[in-house]
Amino acid sequence: MQKLTPASHASSHPPAEVRDLRKVYRDVTAVDGVSFTLGHGSITALLGGNGAGKTTTIAMLMGLVIPTSGQARVFGADMARARHTVLHRMNFESPYVDVPMRLTVRQNLEIFARLYGVRELSGTIAAIADDLKLTDLLDRQYGKLSAGQKTRVSLAKALLNQPELLLLDEPTASLDPDTADWVRSKLERYCLERGATVVLASHNMAEVERLADRVIMLEKGRIIADETPTELIQRFGRDTLEEVFLAIARRGAKAAEMGS
Amino acid sequence: MSRAQSRLREQTTLAASAQRVWAMVLRYWYVIRSSWPRTAELIYWPLVQMLMWGFLQSYLAQTSSFAAKAAGLFIGAVLLWDILVRSQLGFAVAFLEEIWSRNLGHLMMSPLRPSELITALIAVSLIKLLVAMVPVAVMAYLFFGFNVLSLGFAFAAFFANLIIMSWSLGLISTGVVMRWGLGAENFAWLIVFVFLPLCCVYYPVATLPGWLQPVALALPPTYVFEGLRAIVLDGTFLASYMLAALALNVIYFAIGYAAFSYLLHSARVNGTLVQMGE
Repeated sequence: MQKLTPASHASSHPPAEVRDLRKVYRDVTAVDGVSFTLGHGSITALLGGNGAGKTTTIAMLMGLVIPTSGQARVFGADMARARHTVLHRMNFESPYVDVPMRLTVRQNLEIFARLYGVRELSGTIAAIADDLKLTDLLDRQYGKLSAGQKTRVSLAKALLNQPELLLLDEPTASLDPDTADWVRSKLERYCLERGATVVLASHNMAEVERLADRVIMLEKGRIIADETPTELIQRFGRDTLEEVFLAIARRGAKAAEMGS
Repeated sequence: MSRAQSRLREQTTLAASAQRVWAMVLRYWYVIRSSWPRTAELIYWPLVQMLMWGFLQSYLAQTSSFAAKAAGLFIGAVLLWDILVRSQLGFAVAFLEEIWSRNLGHLMMSPLRPSELITALIAVSLIKLLVAMVPVAVMAYLFFGFNVLSLGFAFAAFFANLIIMSWSLGLISTGVVMRWGLGAENFAWLIVFVFLPLCCVYYPVATLPGWLQPVALALPPTYVFEGLRAIVLDGTFLASYMLAALALNVIYFAIGYAAFSYLLHSARVNGTLVQMGE
């Protein structure tokens, strides 16, 4: 299937553009001079060990964190100052951020659909529930669902407004391989059908190899690699992205050991 | 006009804004509706307070001519005090729900604007207040013959001044929680109680030491409770007191809104929004 590239994209701003982005929390530099631009319809993975700066970069792209210096722009809007002009065009999914536990799946989807200004609420919710196999769960409390079911609800919430930019923070963490594979397929299909741009933070290298057409690897808040998964594997002379990741992580640990 | 511009235009209409506020009101209403113990909890404490002060007043009325003359003074004061407390807690607890359920990140990156969240919290505090106070007011009438509505227009003025103050406190307390996380949760629960002695709920301002009286007079609820005593004891409605309270409330609400906005900005600078609930 060919990726869609809506005509309106041709002359518009890039979905995400980051320039000399830096974030310092007191004496800790979380992100240190990161720059990249995402093309329409691309799927970019942000990789790195814990504390590499992935979540902070995504948070600055969402406008939840204000950079110390530099800029994070989404569809041309500076996310530190004008994020409300573009928030309806993007969405976010993470297993670490829940929706209200006491509400049913239907109530949760209704609330987020209203927040995102979705038209034809019932029809949209029914369609997305059908697509993500949630129809039987619509009237169950979100808090009583299994991890896999919660992820499907979270995905439904993230796709309700048909986002042009989708930010995913470890979307398949804590899922069994079968459910994780199913989620990846759904994401792949959504991107192909809608021409959406995706930023994906993940520790699952197989997932990154399958979904991403670009990998930005971060270490201590800096970009240490920015290429396609295939190029990265070739450059390091390894067989898989996981081996590349381990090689970089161990190199970093060794350097830190020698430094101390 | 491009599709993106047309979508942005749709999002910035008043109808879209009202839709987002309604979404949040629904969200909190669903929570209230989902659990009867929560609804009972809303009524429990105001009811206990009203019964305690009501029986105390009945006892004092038998032994003191002042208390006999001032029938309804304590019950009226406790009902009005509970309006301030329940409304502030209604506002703050609705916001805390977002942190307890780890939902704040989703809301903050949705098109919901801070002013819309505040409007929804105000609406929810009113709903919770009605759920809590209507049964208690009815019981105050049934048990002790005190009809809060017999205060007429004065009650409307008291009510308005107390809830505006409760929203100002709600804005400051939720701002503090947003900036410093759940470590500051107790602040949201306790902030209102510092006003219990200062606002002279159960005694006149003149009872306070001289140096503390200007502090009491800088607080809008003080005028409400003085006004209640004037109407119960002398049958006089002190309109000037209500206007003074309203003027102070405008200032406090502006301070509350500014504090909320500043603390939200500070939370975005310090990264606390993404760590919330952890």
